[in-house]
Amino acid sequence: MNNIKDKTLQGTQTGSKTTERIFRGSKKRRARWKLVSFFLALAVVVLCLLTLTVGNTFYSLPEVFRVLTAGGGTDAMRFTILTLRLPRMICGLLAGLSFGVAGYLFQTILRNPLASPDIIGISSATSTAAVFCLLILNLPNSVVPAIAVLTGLLVTLLIYLLSVTNGAFSQSRMILIGIGVQAIANAFTNYLLSRAAEYDTAATLQWLSGSLSGSTMEKVPVFAVCSGVLFVVVALLRHQLPVILLGDAFATGLGVNLRKMYPALLASGVILTATATAITGPIASVAFLAGPIASGIAGRGQNNLLPSGLMGAVLVLGADLVGQNLLPARYPVGVITGLLGAPYLILILLRLGAKGR
Amino acid sequence: MHTGKRTALYTAVILVFLALTCFASILLGSRRVPFHFLIDLITGKDRTSLEAAVLLRRVPRTVFGLLAGAALGVSGALMQAITKNPVADPSILGVNTGASLFVVCGISFLHITTASQYIWLALAGAGLTAVLVYGIASLGNGGATPLKLVLAGSAASVALGSLVSTVMLPNSNVMNSFRFWQVGSIGGATWDSIMLMLPFLAVGLVLAFVMAPFLNTLLLGDEMAAGLGVNPGVVRGLSALSGIVLCGATTALAGPIGFVGLMVPHVLRMCLGSDLRRLIPLSALTGAVLLLFSDIIGRLIGYPGETEAGIVMAMIGAPVFIAIVRKVRIRSL
Repeated sequence: MNNIKDKTLQGTQTGSKTTERIFRGSKKRRARWKLVSFFLALAVVVLCLLTLTVGNTFYSLPEVFRVLTAGGGTDAMRFTILTLRLPRMICGLLAGLSFGVAGYLFQTILRNPLASPDIIGISSATSTAAVFCLLILNLPNSVVPAIAVLTGLLVTLLIYLLSVTNGAFSQSRMILIGIGVQAIANAFTNYLLSRAAEYDTAATLQWLSGSLSGSTMEKVPVFAVCSGVLFVVVALLRHQLPVILLGDAFATGLGVNLRKMYPALLASGVILTATATAITGPIASVAFLAGPIASGIAGRGQNNLLPSGLMGAVLVLGADLVGQNLLPARYPVGVITGLLGAPYLILILLRLGAKGR
Repeated sequence: MHTGKRTALYTAVILVFLALTCFASILLGSRRVPFHFLIDLITGKDRTSLEAAVLLRRVPRTVFGLLAGAALGVSGALMQAITKNPVADPSILGVNTGASLFVVCGISFLHITTASQYIWLALAGAGLTAVLVYGIASLGNGGATPLKLVLAGSAASVALGSLVSTVMLPNSNVMNSFRFWQVGSIGGATWDSIMLMLPFLAVGLVLAFVMAPFLNTLLLGDEMAAGLGVNPGVVRGLSALSGIVLCGATTALAGPIGFVGLMVPHVLRMCLGSDLRRLIPLSALTGAVLLLFSDIIGRLIGYPGETEAGIVMAMIGAPVFIAIVRKVRIRSL
C-alpha cells in the first residue's frame, strides 16, 4: 500500500515538475517572441525613417519632421519628401506587410514552406491581369487592384481544383500545378508586352520586376484601405492559426470549422497579395522568405503572423534602400529580393533531400 | 495493335502532318498570298513577282522551325531518359535562363553583337545550368524527384533571372536587343542562322542516335547495364552533352522556347512505348511539326503582326504539363 502511495506521490511530483517545465518553456518562448516582434517593429520604424531621410540628397530627421508636421522647409525639400519619399515609404511598408502576412498564411495552411503565393503562380497571374488592365484596357490605376484581386481569387480556386485528383488533394501537386499556371501567366504577360506600345513597355517591365518607384500619393488611399481591412480580418482570425498547425483532425476536434476557415484565410492571403502586386508589382521572394525567416528567429510552432508581416516590411524597405543607394546603378527592389530568395530555396531543397522526400 | 505497326502508322501520319505544316507555313502569314502563286512558284512559272518573293522569304523560317523543333524534341527525349523524370525539359530545368544570363553578359560586358559569337556563350550557360540544377535536385537521399527537379529549376530561374536584370537594367541598349531575343521566336531566321546552327544540330543528332541503344540498356537499371558491358556514366554524360548542345544551340538563335521537349517525348512514350531507338527519331519529327505549328498559330492569332512561337508554345505546353502532373502518382512526386 505504502509503496503504491509513494509511487503515486512521486508521479504527481514529477508530473508537477514537468508541468512547471512546460510552463517555464512556454513563458520563455513567449518572451522571445515578444522581444523579436519588438525588435522587428523597431527595425521597420528605423527603415521607414531612413527611406525618408536618405536618397540623392540627405535630409536630417528634424528637417523631415518639420516638413511632415508643420509644413516647413524649402519647395525642393517638400517635393522630395512629400511627393517622392513618403509614398515610397508607405507603399513599401504596406506591400512588405501584405506579402509577409500572405506568405505566412499560405505556408501555414498548406503546411509547406514552398507553398507561398509567389511560387505557386498567384503573383504571376495577378501581374498578368494588372498588365492587361494597364496596357490593353487602359483602365485607371484605382480599378486595377480590384481586377487583380478577382483574378487572384479565381486562379487560386483553379489551382486548387486542378490539384484534386480522384478526390484526393496533394500539396506537392498543387505546387507543381502552380508552376505550370505560372508558365501560362508569364507567356500571356509576354504576349501582352509584345502587343503594347513601345513607350509603355519600359515602365511595365520595371513594374514587373517589382518596384517602389511608381508609388504616388494617389495610390496610397486605395492600397491602405484594402490592406488595412484585410489586416483587421486576419488579426481577428489569428487565434485559429496555431490550432490549424496541429493538423486537420485536432483542429476539427477543437471546434475549428476548417471548411470555412481555410477558404477565409487563403482568400485573405490572395487579396493581400493581389492588392500589393497591383500597386508595386510582384516583389520577388518576399512572401516566400518572410515567414520562414521570422519563424526561425521568433521560434517555430507558435503564431508568427505578426513577426512575418514585420519581416516582410523589413525585407522590402531594406532591399529598396540597398537597391537605390548602395549599388552603382539604381535597381528595383524586386531584383534585390529575388537574389535573396534563390539561396534560401536551395537551402530548403537540401533539407527536403535530407528528409528523403 | 503491334508496336511496330503502330510506329509505322504513326510515322506515316506525322509525315503527312509535316508536309501540311510546311505548306501552311509558307502560305500563311501577315501578307496574304493566294494559293495559285504557290503552285506557280513550285512549277517554276513565276519566280519574280512580289508574291513569289514573299513566299520565298518564308522558306528559311520554315526550315529553321523544322530544325529547331527537331532539336528541342530530341533534347527533351534525351533529358527525360537520362533523368528518368517525366517533367525534365530545358525550360523547366531553368536551362533557358542560364543561357540568357550568359548571352546578356556577353552583350553588355564583351560587346558581342553577332549570333555566331553568342551561340557559344548560350551553350556554356545552358550546360552549366543544367548540371547545376540537376546536381541540386539530386542532393540528399530521394534522388531527383519531379518535385525537387522542378523546384530546383525554378530556384535557378529566379536567381539567374535576377542576375539577368542586374546586368541588363542599367543599360538600355542591352535591354532592347535582349528583349527581342528573350521571347523566343523563329521569325528572324535567315539562311545564315540556319548554316550557323546546322553543325551543332548535326553533332547533337548523330550523338543522340548513336546513344539510343545504350540508353535503352540503361533503362534496365545501372547495374544491369554495367553487367551488359555499358558504362552508365559515359552513356549519361554523352547523352547529356548531346541534349545540351541541341537545346543550347537552338536557344542561342531562337531565344528560349519551352515545352517542346516536355510534351513530345511524353506523348510519344504513352503511345509507342519507351524504346529510344524509335522515340528519338520520332521526337525529332513530332517536335518539328509542333514548333512549326505553333509558329503558324502565332502568325494567325497575332494578325496583322505575329505572336512569337515561344509564347504560343507555353500556352499550349503548360496545360499539358499540368495534365502530366495530375497523372503522376503522388508517391513519386
